Amino acid sequence: MIRVVLPAHLRTLARVDGEITLDVAERATQRSLLDALEARYPVLRGAIRDHVSHKRRAYVRFFACERDLSHELPDAPLPEAVTAGSEPFLIVGAIAGG
Amino acid sequence: MSKIRVLVGTRKGAFVLSADAKRRDWKVSGPFFGGWEIYHVKASPADPNRIYASQTSAWFGQQIQRSDDGGETWNPVGNAFLYDGVTGTHQWYDGTPHPWEFKRVWHLEPSLDDPDAVYAGVEDAALFASKDGGASWTELSGLRRHSTGSSWQPGAGGMCLHTILIDPKDPKRMFVAISAAGAFRSDDRGATWRPINRGLRSQYIPDPAAEVGHCVHRIAFHPSNPNTLFMQKHWDVMRSDDGGENWREISGNLPTDFGFVIDVHAQEPETVYVIPIKSDSEHYPLEGKLAVYRSRGGDEWEALTKGLPQEDCYVNVLRDAMAVDTLDPCGIYFGTTGGQVYASSDAGGNWSPIVRDLPAVLSVEVQTLV
Repeated sequence: MIRVVLPAHLRTLARVDGEITLDVAERATQRSLLDALEARYPVLRGAIRDHVSHKRRAYVRFFACERDLSHELPDAPLPEAVTAGSEPFLIVGAIAGG
Repeated sequence: MSKIRVLVGTRKGAFVLSADAKRRDWKVSGPFFGGWEIYHVKASPADPNRIYASQTSAWFGQQIQRSDDGGETWNPVGNAFLYDGVTGTHQWYDGTPHPWEFKRVWHLEPSLDDPDAVYAGVEDAALFASKDGGASWTELSGLRRHSTGSSWQPGAGGMCLHTILIDPKDPKRMFVAISAAGAFRSDDRGATWRPINRGLRSQYIPDPAAEVGHCVHRIAFHPSNPNTLFMQKHWDVMRSDDGGENWREISGNLPTDFGFVIDVHAQEPETVYVIPIKSDSEHYPLEGKLAVYRSRGGDEWEALTKGLPQEDCYVNVLRDAMAVDTLDPCGIYFGTTGGQVYASSDAGGNWSPIVRDLPAVLSVEVQTLV
């Protein structure tokens, strides 16, 4: 079970409060986590990554375990603490004015 | 008794302003989608409770929201705007080729007779259509694939398709306008397009009378006479009486002919309204005085200022931020980048603000509900 924290605007869009928990197959990656997230909340398709290329949107960042995972390869394994559920995977709107 | 519903898109959410036919006491609802840029909100002429909204964010991309109860509740529908086939390139600001990239929906134009059919004008310039209430979108790629497409360039606000007009007398005919490519017309329901810019002159392009490259800001017509088009170009107010085949300038005695909005009186097809803005680098009214200008057909314009600020006013009025109701006398509405939405219930003679302190207004549409 993986814990995911969405930014406020995406929580509103997905109509969820607080953390989300997702069951992701063993050897979870950013790609499999986001696939599972979008499968449960189709409204998030296109809001975190591109519809077709699945490239992360420029102003969206991924943090976990006090590390910036935004530039990790999509198929790289997530940190063990994330897959174990002891640390959340944070999806963050970059600080860029607004 | 009739009711008026004003649909306002702002930089930080949507608002719905409602009043009875007297248009004096207004109820303000919102913000809807707070914190998101709402480029446009428009209702279906075929079902006034069906409203579409373009919700967008540099962070989280595009959403289309739909209400089926007159704006009380909303649900997100489809947001996949995928260009048809190989996208190719257009010109970038520096003249180099740049790949077409979807950024946002600027304008939503519901079908005149089918609540589930709606068109979307997007940046980078293209036209999309939905036949299922916004759930799925298909590009009408004949426009972007026009032979001139690779030479189109963005205006300062991006390369946006911001104006969509559906001819009420000929369902096969549509008009669109793109900054900064110009105006285009289709006579086959959007399958193929051709530029309709003859008569436009733009000093900011190498050939001022080129087929494309004109920064058209807005086009309007009266539904009873869709062959007569009124245009606010970057500079110049223009008129065509042959469906866009030829244009002539009608700026006449306007104090400046730069501006964004243009609209037509609901009962008088020859009465047109603009809001002059000082210049393309000074996006505010002349001398800090906000004025709407009205003309019967063009050339001779009268300033309408009663109730509008006549000192220290430095707001802008963006291209989709003016609309009219269909009551008699006609109501005229516009929103400013300072967050005011002004209304006149006597065709422009007197103005008062409905609201003063919204976020910067991007769009204003009006429904007259019977």
